[in-house]
Amino acid sequence: MTVARFWRKIPQRYNLIGTKCTTCGRHFFPPRTFCPDCRRNGKIVDHKFAGLGTVVTYTVIMTEPDQFASPGPYVLAIIKLDEGPQMTSQVICDPKEAKIGMRVKSVFRKIATDGESGIIHYGTKFVPVE
Amino acid sequence: MRDVAVIGIGCTKFGEHWNRSFRDLFVEAGSLALEDAKMSGEKIDAMYVGNMSAGRFVEQEHIGALIADYAGMASRHIPSTRVEAACASGGLAFRQAVIAVASGMEDIVVAAGVEKMTDVAPGASTDALTGAADREWEGFVGATFPGLYAMIAQDYMHKYGMTREQLAHVAVKNHYNGARNPIAQFPSEITLDTVLKSTMVADPLRLFDCSPITDGAAAVIVAPLERAKEFTDTPIKVLATAQASDSIALHDRRDISTLDASVAAGQRAFKMAKLTQKDINMVEVHDCFSIAEICAIEDLGFCKKGTAGKFTADGETALGGKIPVNTSGGLKSCGHPVGATGIKQVCEIVQQLRGEAGKRQVDNAKVGMTHNVGGTGATVAVHILGRV
Ligand SMILES: CC(C)(COP(=O)(O)OP(=O)(O)OC[C@H]1O[C@@H](n2cnc3c(N)ncnc32)[C@H](O)[C@@H]1OP(=O)(O)O)[C@@H](O)C(=O)NCCC(=O)NCCS
Ligand SMILES: [Zn+2]
Repeated sequence: MTVARFWRKIPQRYNLIGTKCTTCGRHFFPPRTFCPDCRRNGKIVDHKFAGLGTVVTYTVIMTEPDQFASPGPYVLAIIKLDEGPQMTSQVICDPKEAKIGMRVKSVFRKIATDGESGIIHYGTKFVPVE
Repeated sequence: MRDVAVIGIGCTKFGEHWNRSFRDLFVEAGSLALEDAKMSGEKIDAMYVGNMSAGRFVEQEHIGALIADYAGMASRHIPSTRVEAACASGGLAFRQAVIAVASGMEDIVVAAGVEKMTDVAPGASTDALTGAADREWEGFVGATFPGLYAMIAQDYMHKYGMTREQLAHVAVKNHYNGARNPIAQFPSEITLDTVLKSTMVADPLRLFDCSPITDGAAAVIVAPLERAKEFTDTPIKVLATAQASDSIALHDRRDISTLDASVAAGQRAFKMAKLTQKDINMVEVHDCFSIAEICAIEDLGFCKKGTAGKFTADGETALGGKIPVNTSGGLKSCGHPVGATGIKQVCEIVQQLRGEAGKRQVDNAKVGMTHNVGGTGATVAVHILGRV
């Protein structure tokens, strides 16, 4: 991913800032600038998510594309944020402990490196909460 | 709208063609289709070509013109258009060709599909394929294609209790069929053990749950039904063409393990053909991963949600079962050159309907269906074809 492309979305990626439609109250993460329900009547504002959610489904990835930071297997999940929307992210935990329904919270982590001496991308991952 | 028929089909062998180029492959498929229609290239009015990512796989864009050129059409200046919808590119190319003929704009149209995937390293092909999902919010955080379908499988097994063995039956059945298909990439029969002991790719999906990386091309020629007899004694009529879309990202779906676009496209196709599931003699579904076939046969209405695992393990989708699924061997055994797959599915159904499917022939085949998925279900194309 190019530098500009990554920097453009830094607030969203680092701080879980998505959007909200004040017309209907629906939250969006990943952020949307157009509400699919209200369309042109929707009014979109930024919204910082609390970072708490539940694992809807997950997998343990064994063969990853070259650039990802995690050495060896990592847990990839779809997480339903408490505010409503679902997002895809990694969960940092023992792959054997991952399960559907697990409560998780967001943390700031390294995601990927572009080549051996390339740029390091950071973003949001999740960890289990008790 | 005019009735449309398929009058010629051609398909290369699927596999790793290290000694043959992108253009060699589609020229072969096109020539085979022309030969099959007993026609010369001068009759072709237009071409549509399904291709997902020649830009990433062979660093070539502008595929429409390239194909027309190497197919010998440059001096005739026919319109040639690339169609892209990830793994559903071929299905959409076929649909565009059908629409062009049905509308009366064109008469004789080629629908082709081609992909050359093995010229890049495995990590690079995995990354290129991730472009079929949401790059910024799935790919960037570490999702791979097998990973996304693995999350569908995990959700499905959690909700409906399908066993790992039941899922493996999809691959065993498709390899049995593929072993009877001369163009298949992996034409070997396998056992449940082959699947269950193969390398884990993304839990719970193993190597033998995944379609492979493949080179290949396929082409079909469509014409107005009223002119079809000029070219062939066995025209195959297009009874329905349907297409649907959904959210690009899996996490935005209404239900993780239902492809609503498959449901919508399936219903539209049945309505257009005025047929029901009972009228279909065999179906080619998009089994890019074993779980995708499970979802597909439910979403198209061949069995109830949550029951496809047992349905498959009971042999109902095998040759001789209630509804033979993927007689070609499917994407799993026949191979999956992404842009070509949707066209290959049409080739298989046409062979079945003509009674030319050899050892994998379905008895008395009259009506068949194809189901081609882009990404994790953001685009679906469904076609119904029938004997005239
Ligand atoms: C499953 C996958 C990751 C395997 O890739 P890989 O780990 O690089 O595997 P390799 O190419 O090293 O192959 C290992 C062996 O298994 C065989 N093989 C590879 N893929 C296979 C498959 N799907 N089924 C059966 N055998 C397969 C190879 O021929 C090779 O055999 P050999 O050791 O005897 O030569 C890869 O095929 C893949 O990404 N598939 C999914 C493709 C996809 O996402 N398509 C789009 C879907 S919409
Ligand atoms: Zn709204």
